[in-house]
Amino acid sequence: MSGIPHDHYEPKTGAEKWLHSRLPIVGLVYDTIMIPTPKNLNWWWIWGIVLAFCLVLQIVTGIVLVMHYTPHADMAFASVEHIMRDVNGGYMLRYLHANGASLFFVAVYIHIFRGLFYGSYKAPREITWIIGMIIYLLMMATGFMGYVLPWGQMSFWGATVITGLFGAIPFVGEALQTFLLGGPAVDNATLNRFFSLHYLLPFVIAALVVIHIWAFHTTGNNNPTGVDVRKGSKEEAEKDTLPFWPYFVIKDFLGLAIVLVIFWAIVGFMPNYLGHPDNYIEANPLVTPAHIVPEWYFLPFYAILRAFTSEVWVVQIASFVTGGIIDAKFFGVLAMFGAIAIMALVPWLDTSRVRSGRYRPMFKWWFYLLVFDFFALMWLGAMPAEEPYASFSLIASAYWFGYFLVILPILGVIEKPLAEPATIEEDFDAHYGEKSDAATPAE
Amino acid sequence: MLKTLAIGAAFALALAPAASHAAGGSGHVEDFQFSFEGPFGAYDQNQLQRGLQIYTEVCAACHGLKFVPLRTLADEGGPALPADQVRAYAAENFSVYDAELDEDRPAKPVDHFPANTAAGAPDLSLMAKARAGFHGPYGSGMNQLFKGIGGAEYIASLLDGYTGEEKEEAGSIFYENTAFPGGWISMAPPLSDEQVEFADGHENSVEAMSQDVAAFLMWTAEPKMMDRKRAGFVGVLILTVLSVLLYLTNKQLWAPHKGRKSA
Repeated sequence: MSGIPHDHYEPKTGAEKWLHSRLPIVGLVYDTIMIPTPKNLNWWWIWGIVLAFCLVLQIVTGIVLVMHYTPHADMAFASVEHIMRDVNGGYMLRYLHANGASLFFVAVYIHIFRGLFYGSYKAPREITWIIGMIIYLLMMATGFMGYVLPWGQMSFWGATVITGLFGAIPFVGEALQTFLLGGPAVDNATLNRFFSLHYLLPFVIAALVVIHIWAFHTTGNNNPTGVDVRKGSKEEAEKDTLPFWPYFVIKDFLGLAIVLVIFWAIVGFMPNYLGHPDNYIEANPLVTPAHIVPEWYFLPFYAILRAFTSEVWVVQIASFVTGGIIDAKFFGVLAMFGAIAIMALVPWLDTSRVRSGRYRPMFKWWFYLLVFDFFALMWLGAMPAEEPYASFSLIASAYWFGYFLVILPILGVIEKPLAEPATIEEDFDAHYGEKSDAATPAE
Repeated sequence: MLKTLAIGAAFALALAPAASHAAGGSGHVEDFQFSFEGPFGAYDQNQLQRGLQIYTEVCAACHGLKFVPLRTLADEGGPALPADQVRAYAAENFSVYDAELDEDRPAKPVDHFPANTAAGAPDLSLMAKARAGFHGPYGSGMNQLFKGIGGAEYIASLLDGYTGEEKEEAGSIFYENTAFPGGWISMAPPLSDEQVEFADGHENSVEAMSQDVAAFLMWTAEPKMMDRKRAGFVGVLILTVLSVLLYLTNKQLWAPHKGRKSA
């Protein structure tokens, strides 16, 4: 599969040859798990395995939860309590599933920022990057709809607020919102369709994950230097790489195991820390919670949504130019989805020919500022919509767009990159010292 | 070598506090010390039984516990009443509507505590998880990380937080309360000193009873807490051992491909 020269599966026995000439499935698996992988991958590269684990965890716990859950507005909340009290191990299933969503998003954010720093999105990996962004978008949709299912107060009002965003779209908004909700307001019809889609989308994600892996197995992994693996001959390639199995499987599992220690401690000892108390109150359309706050993983984009009020001059200009079609609410919606869409376009916004941020002295600092900006937006998303948070949100949102639209294109032109190592082998040896072939390593 | 991983883990944990939520104009919540706090905390069986008695004699007049099956009163890790006591307790205190008989009959252990909407009072089954006693600071969620979410503390503070002041507004009477957000609550002070007599002569001041009933409501909200913590402890232990084994495996696996580490 990979463009890197390596050994391929050779059927040896008669049975293997028989199968291979009819369905080369063993060869496919072999080539997939034996892919030559740059040997200098650092610990930021373990999050792909964590994400794969999360998807499996969510699907497995989710399927069992469905066996005991009732998707009806009158019974959903009680059925969740039935899971918590009567189903064997039900409390663990539910807490694993709820906190599993959080782990999923922790992992995906680190994975995305890893890609942004090491230039994993650059040619020839644009397709891998865009598929990843689509997966992330579907994860957000799945997470949002999953949060509605327990039918607590935050479920209900979160659904009301978020579907209200679609109502802000000019001309078709109201009709679209009614179509999404299955009625004029969040009700049983909404719960049922969200349940259906919450079950469906993870399998779409699973299919996209296969394509995501296929894409980067075609181009080969990026690595911390951003330097390509030498592909002249098998011998040359083997100096830069090691096969995925066993070297990276064991390394990734080590990373996963340590992450799971923390995850399991959270599930066992403080499973409600990341939740909201209001969601233990059954949904009540007549009582609005004092603060409607989305789950933590939506907060950065929620902050961007709220940052653009009618007092912001960009919004006023947009409103004036479009004759009022783009009002503040719709502008906020555009900004929120734009903030995600813009990440998908980064392969063409970044003009630098150097991939890795390691060798980009100016880029580095702007990138660290972007990470800080992300956390700042997350914090601001949880704060009430009043001063000084509103101004901070606007500045932080402006930087988010500025980074992608202004800083990245300009940096590629004005920045003088540092010298990259000639090969991955050189980088690896510089870190671990040259291996002396004569003596076995002393223990 | 694991330094970067440690940074990654720290990054992951740092994300967590941002999940906390803006604090409203909340009242003062006392950080009571409950036996069930922390990773090794356990419910105090006697306290849960006292709490059950207070609930039955006082709270049940207005509040229901509709999600709690009566049979769970016998559960280990809960009040752990003997089975015959649960039967007697159910039959003596509650009657439920039986659809087959088409009439009310005394409750059995298979029934739930009845719902009670008579006075418009909220159901208490999940109250200890539906309120946060601690917030912030500055929306960071750090307080909840160290003190816990504080639902039980909130309940105890509320029950113990009446100042004795009253006011009438739009035909309703409100009572001043130091824990209730906004400071004025429509629930009259439910507890008074020595109101409930315990068989073992345990202290029955308002402060002591507030904590007992708060602990009981923590159990109704999270009846499997002890099992969960045990699972958490075993899981963390197994995963730690697995991590160590994988660390050693990984080290040995990579050793032939790494030279001496240059300083």
